[in-house]
Amino acid sequence: MMGDAPLLTLVIFLPLVGVLMILATRGDEAQVASNCRWQALLTSGAVFLLSLLIWYRFDPTTADFQFVERYEWIPGSSIAYHVGVDGISMWFVLLSTLLTPICILASWEAIQNRVKEYMIAFLVLETLMVGMFCALDILVFYVFFEGVLIPMFLIIGVWGGKRRVYAAFKFFLYTLLGSVLMLIAILAMYWQAGTTDIPTLMAFRFAAEAQTWLWLAFFASFAVKVPMWPVHTWLPDAHVEAPTAGSVILAGVLLKMGGYGFLRFSIPMFPEASDAFAPLVYTLSVVAVIYTSLVALVQEDMKKLIAYSSVAHMGFVTIGMFTMTTQGVEGSIFQMLSHGIVSGALFLCVGVVYDRMHTREIAAYGGLANNMPRYALVFMVFMMASVGLPSTSGFVGELLILAGAFQVSTWLAALTATGLILGAAYMLYLYRRVIFGVLDKDSLKALLDLSPREIAVFAPLIVLVFWMGIYPSTFIDMMSVSVDNLITNYKVALGHAGTAVAAR
Amino acid sequence: MNAVTSLPVMAPATAEIFLAIVGALLLMFGVFRGSGGMRAPGWLAVLALLVAGILVVAKSGTQEAFFGLFITDAFARFAKVLILLGSAFALILSFGYFDRERGGRFEYPVLIVFSTLGMMMMVSANDLIALYMGLEMQSLALYVIASIRRDTLRSTEAGLKYFVLGALSSGMLLYGCSLVYGFAGTTSFTGLAEVFQKADGPSVGLVVGLVFLISGLAFKISAVPFHMWTPDVYEGAPTPVTALFAVAPKVAALALFVRVTAGPFGDLLSSWQQILVFVSIASMALGAFAAMVQTNIKRLMAYSSIGHMGYALVGVAAGNEAGVTGVMIYLATYIFMNVGTFAIILAMRRDGRLVESLSDLSGLSKTHPMLAFALMVFMFSMAGIPPLAGFFGKWYVFMAAVNAGLFGLAVIGVLASVVGAFYYLRIVKIMYFDDATQPLDGAVAGDLRAVVFGSAVVTVLFLLFLSPVYEQARQAAVSLLGA
Repeated sequence: MMGDAPLLTLVIFLPLVGVLMILATRGDEAQVASNCRWQALLTSGAVFLLSLLIWYRFDPTTADFQFVERYEWIPGSSIAYHVGVDGISMWFVLLSTLLTPICILASWEAIQNRVKEYMIAFLVLETLMVGMFCALDILVFYVFFEGVLIPMFLIIGVWGGKRRVYAAFKFFLYTLLGSVLMLIAILAMYWQAGTTDIPTLMAFRFAAEAQTWLWLAFFASFAVKVPMWPVHTWLPDAHVEAPTAGSVILAGVLLKMGGYGFLRFSIPMFPEASDAFAPLVYTLSVVAVIYTSLVALVQEDMKKLIAYSSVAHMGFVTIGMFTMTTQGVEGSIFQMLSHGIVSGALFLCVGVVYDRMHTREIAAYGGLANNMPRYALVFMVFMMASVGLPSTSGFVGELLILAGAFQVSTWLAALTATGLILGAAYMLYLYRRVIFGVLDKDSLKALLDLSPREIAVFAPLIVLVFWMGIYPSTFIDMMSVSVDNLITNYKVALGHAGTAVAAR
Repeated sequence: MNAVTSLPVMAPATAEIFLAIVGALLLMFGVFRGSGGMRAPGWLAVLALLVAGILVVAKSGTQEAFFGLFITDAFARFAKVLILLGSAFALILSFGYFDRERGGRFEYPVLIVFSTLGMMMMVSANDLIALYMGLEMQSLALYVIASIRRDTLRSTEAGLKYFVLGALSSGMLLYGCSLVYGFAGTTSFTGLAEVFQKADGPSVGLVVGLVFLISGLAFKISAVPFHMWTPDVYEGAPTPVTALFAVAPKVAALALFVRVTAGPFGDLLSSWQQILVFVSIASMALGAFAAMVQTNIKRLMAYSSIGHMGYALVGVAAGNEAGVTGVMIYLATYIFMNVGTFAIILAMRRDGRLVESLSDLSGLSKTHPMLAFALMVFMFSMAGIPPLAGFFGKWYVFMAAVNAGLFGLAVIGVLASVVGAFYYLRIVKIMYFDDATQPLDGAVAGDLRAVVFGSAVVTVLFLLFLSPVYEQARQAAVSLLGA
């Protein structure tokens, strides 16, 4: 196919080369810390540039997997190191490679102890995230999917806030509990289909009864990861206690692993079960959208508020993808990308004031528009994007999802749309309390506006928010063939199932 | 019968014969040398174990010796390599310990050689009598090793406990063997397999014998409900001895377990499968829940090994080729994780004295970053988190369970692994999240560091060696079950 170099393998494993360089760093502590920061930033920057090459060379006219590499791993059992991307996964690869350097830049001054370990954890995390989105073998996928827990556990636990131990354990054990059930399902699929190859499994037709169980097992894993109500409770804890960059990756990429999992496994491999369980997904998602929005309204802690808003936004995503309409699925993918950037940026916004004041209490702030105008502007852009203001990325995703939901049920669309109103309420309320009002707290008066480093962190995200909002075709054109293919196969599979039932 | 007049075939047993001779020579060497520590005989013993390993892998195919009492096949070779590795590592770990504690005696390496010989005979046993001989040989040597520090109360107590309970289990095993012999009319595994193939269903007496046999073996691998001795013996025995107990005898007893259940009793699957499913679930659950409240790291490792035996038994319970393959891969990952962990426990010294409490690890990531990293790798690996070695062991045993239709066992097993993950994470938490109270001694002996580093590398990079290990394990399974 295109290119000679194994591009995906390079993108996946280049961060590990950075890890080796960091490990080789010697010298006194300040020197090592500074070197590690630069090495991590340069490595992740190089990875991002390399991943742009994937985008550049990507052929949007085919739904096939591209840049495919396959090496035998365990002979005689079909398990292979098999990677490739299609129009759906490519975007998540880019999202991961974009957010990692931003995270490293954002932790430049916030992280002062154990810098070396911190940077290693982030680079390892990048390898695992990218590998997971590229994996075309279900064992390889699982290895990356679960492996993410190790660096994330350490990031929350070592560099987190006061209740970091509790949050780290909750995060780890919740997600592990979901994933191990998926592991059993993967093994069952292996014995039924005789392969772990994802493209082959997508074409394999599982018996209807088996699909139900397999779907539920995968659902256990992905629903925790997304997270869906009622298994979302780990997320606010993890977000609040994680360091800023940890929250960004958590909201930006890790939550998308669940949504991506639904699109890659649950829907194409178990179409009949997906169809049967769609009402369940709708119900849980609508509850998430309304309930967690209301919960967000009463939060006192900025990070917790944004964490609950993430749950609500991911509720939109799960509704969109299970409508299995072109608009719904494209909207949900678009919303995941948008949310990855917007909620990541919102956590960065919280991080900016947290680094200065060391509190996330909303009540401790007020009137920041007076002495931090640039910050107020940046915060406003992302706040509006989160609310879904037209011309920002959030609008496109939410509109498409609602259009998809409308085709399924008017009630579904109506209930989902309440999330938009509630979202506007809690975000505007947050913004008013933090940015507007009188600057009457002495501690706040001395705050400095955004530093050049912080502007460098936010600038690419602002560009993307408007790009996605004003000209979404750049993004949607690349995914539409893959999405159409997904939907066609789904409809064909359901059609077969229908005739099978009719023939009985 | 020309069996009486001619010499038996011995060539397949050259490794065992070599070890027996070396053991006797080392004993002479030690006696005539008098005092002088255990380093010289110790390193000679390590060398002998390695040579025995070469003799083991030099053979190929399936061969019988001693009139069919002894068999060497791919399965036995795989297990023997693991046993020899485990014994050699445990021996290397003990040098520094006995130098400091001044309990070093030349008998120690000699006893390890003899117990290893017993273990190798166990996995090569092709007859109930050969099985019992091998088992007793390793057990008697291990009873002495457990109480090798005869001047300390804890060590002697551990040895006595191990002896009394071990003797009880041997008695049960022997009783089971006698019942099987009585009802089947033969002690040869080949003969037993033929008997069971023909029979419509086993008689009650046979099943009772089988249950006694399984109980005896479960005792040796410390599976629930025969696990009670494990925490006390692990805690009481000198730490390098615990390291040995945690690896080599476990591998030997589990391999023997597989050989007995899958070989002669393979056709009685329905009779023993439910017993093993129960034992496996109970071990996984007890290992996970009881370990949570431990404060002594050696006791914690005891419960951890109970849990691990439960996971390995998942593969035994499946009773198919995938199951045997899974058990062998599981054991291969298990010995490296355990050897590495025990090497770190041996490195836990404060003011020159060994400490064993979990809280002594606090802040280890700051004072000993490499040790802490290695222990973290072992802990995540034992919890079964990919991409570390432990995950692949679990992957293959659960794969076998799903293949055999044991969905309940598989689901309970993975849920227990989540509970188990809690206490492994707790160790990581103590090392990485907590601040150091009193730092441990700085210098770590070179041999310990080498063992820690080596096993950590194997644990991390196991996925690169998975293909050859899988192939060997599969051949082992095929040699045991027939193609």
